[in-house]
Amino acid sequence: MTIFGWGVFKGMMVTLKNFLTSYFRKPDEGGIFTVQYPEEREKAIENFRNFPFLVYDGSPEKIRCVACGICERECPPKCIHIEMEIDVAGKPTRKPAVFDIDYGLCMNCGMCEEVCPFDSIFMDHAFEVTAPERNEGLVRNKKELSKSNEYFQKVRPTLASSIDQKRKAAEEKKKAAAAPQGVGGQAQPPQGQEPK
Amino acid sequence: MQNLLSSIDMIFVTAKAWVLSLLALFLPKWLIILASITISGVVILCLGPVIMMYLTLLERKLIGRIQNRYGPNRVGKWGLLQPIADGIKMFTKEDIVPANADKIVHLLAPIAIVVPALMIFLVVPFGKSMTAVNLNIGLLYFIAVSSITILPIFMGSWASRNKYSLLGGMRTAAQMISYEIPMTLAVVPAIMMSQSLSTNAIVLSQAGGCGLNWFIFTPWGIVGFIIFFLCATAECNRPPFDLPEAESELVAGFHTEYSGMKFALFYMAEYMNAFTLCGIAATLFLGGWQGPFLPSWVWFFGKTFVLICVMIWFRGTFPRFRVDHLMGFAWKFLLPLTLVNILLTALWQFTSNLVAWIGSILVLGISLWTLVKLNRTFVPEKRHYPLES
Repeated sequence: MTIFGWGVFKGMMVTLKNFLTSYFRKPDEGGIFTVQYPEEREKAIENFRNFPFLVYDGSPEKIRCVACGICERECPPKCIHIEMEIDVAGKPTRKPAVFDIDYGLCMNCGMCEEVCPFDSIFMDHAFEVTAPERNEGLVRNKKELSKSNEYFQKVRPTLASSIDQKRKAAEEKKKAAAAPQGVGGQAQPPQGQEPK
Repeated sequence: MQNLLSSIDMIFVTAKAWVLSLLALFLPKWLIILASITISGVVILCLGPVIMMYLTLLERKLIGRIQNRYGPNRVGKWGLLQPIADGIKMFTKEDIVPANADKIVHLLAPIAIVVPALMIFLVVPFGKSMTAVNLNIGLLYFIAVSSITILPIFMGSWASRNKYSLLGGMRTAAQMISYEIPMTLAVVPAIMMSQSLSTNAIVLSQAGGCGLNWFIFTPWGIVGFIIFFLCATAECNRPPFDLPEAESELVAGFHTEYSGMKFALFYMAEYMNAFTLCGIAATLFLGGWQGPFLPSWVWFFGKTFVLICVMIWFRGTFPRFRVDHLMGFAWKFLLPLTLVNILLTALWQFTSNLVAWIGSILVLGISLWTLVKLNRTFVPEKRHYPLES
């Protein structure tokens, strides 16, 4: 026979233990696991992805995007708007003149990243996107969207380095192919995206 | 050293006397008496709400820690300004009165509920000669006034014209009336031993033994204290006895239809009741302001806050009672135990020390065992239906 009230006592000891350990235990050992957000942040997981951005190599003029418009067509909520730049002779230059993404419309699906054959659009880690106006503040233009390859390396190192390797390999192949044949037609687009 | 201690002990009393002597220079004598009453009154009127404000913060902090999270810690250092922010929020909220409510009673209920809660403060001995009114029937006054609390709660629940409110009010009435009986009977041993109803005299009768001659260190004292404390928890509708405002069943019980400051007044009364009941429990069984070394008021507030923390601890631990269990606990368990306890107290006075200890432990053990046996819930034997093969 158990003592009358023993269960009550045991229950109270459980809460007392929780109360005391909340002061000195670590989060995964039974302490407080609250992260006090604006001051403390959890380290972002590498594969976390939020809003798309454009990658350039070296300087913002050498943007990887060729304004092919595949992402514009594939984007489910149609939040991308691209216009190709046309030079003085009226010839398209394979560079975007206008590249707008409406972050207010974007649903963070990452489809643009998957379909892009030129490894130019990727998903960012920045999630604190605010604007006072729905229509103006959240539409990002080309200048705001362009971020350097170094930034990409910093944010998602695994993916960025694998992409860099692939690009390098493709370039060498192209060079090797160009050396004996001379001018060998247009540049081969890189093979389909590796599964990430 | 002794001098310094006693001067710290009497600091509030001296301050009041100093203010009065200052006033005596240019005021007639009858005004001085009025001023003395006013000072005590104002101090109590300020103390009550301030204690309530910081009890809410303490409760939220402790409950938070029990549940492995920080409590409020954004407004001010450690959230110390949180109660003020809450107060501003309450004041600026819209006051909604249901269309079919009895408007006058609906308005009166939250006002009336604060009055008894504040009135109990009068007889609480906060320290050596720090009782606002040294009534010779102080304990009777306390029991009488604290039982008024039922009335405003029922007024509010009835006037709201809401079924949840009414159910909550009915439950309150049933619960508080039931628990008043064991509470009053649990007080009786302390009255018997101190032979006085005055709270001051009860504290003084626990003097001696380095200030540790408290009633709780006797068998009848500890039983009386536990029963009184449980009944006090039930009296101020705190978990696990919070049936009147059971969130999961009754929305918010008797204050479902209250908003803004009216709602805050209900809460204020509840927390002030919790404080005064803990204060009276400390007075009756924990020696009030008696204690070694520290000033008397430090002892009193320390004991009271320890008891309040235990109440909060209860809230963080136990789930709510079922209605029939609640009633059964009061009538079938606590009430007989208090009667046994009164008998023990009577025996205690007429027997020598060791015999009394052994005798009372025996009597208590036997009665506790019997009560547990009698209170055992009937659990029918589990029936098995073998599958037909």
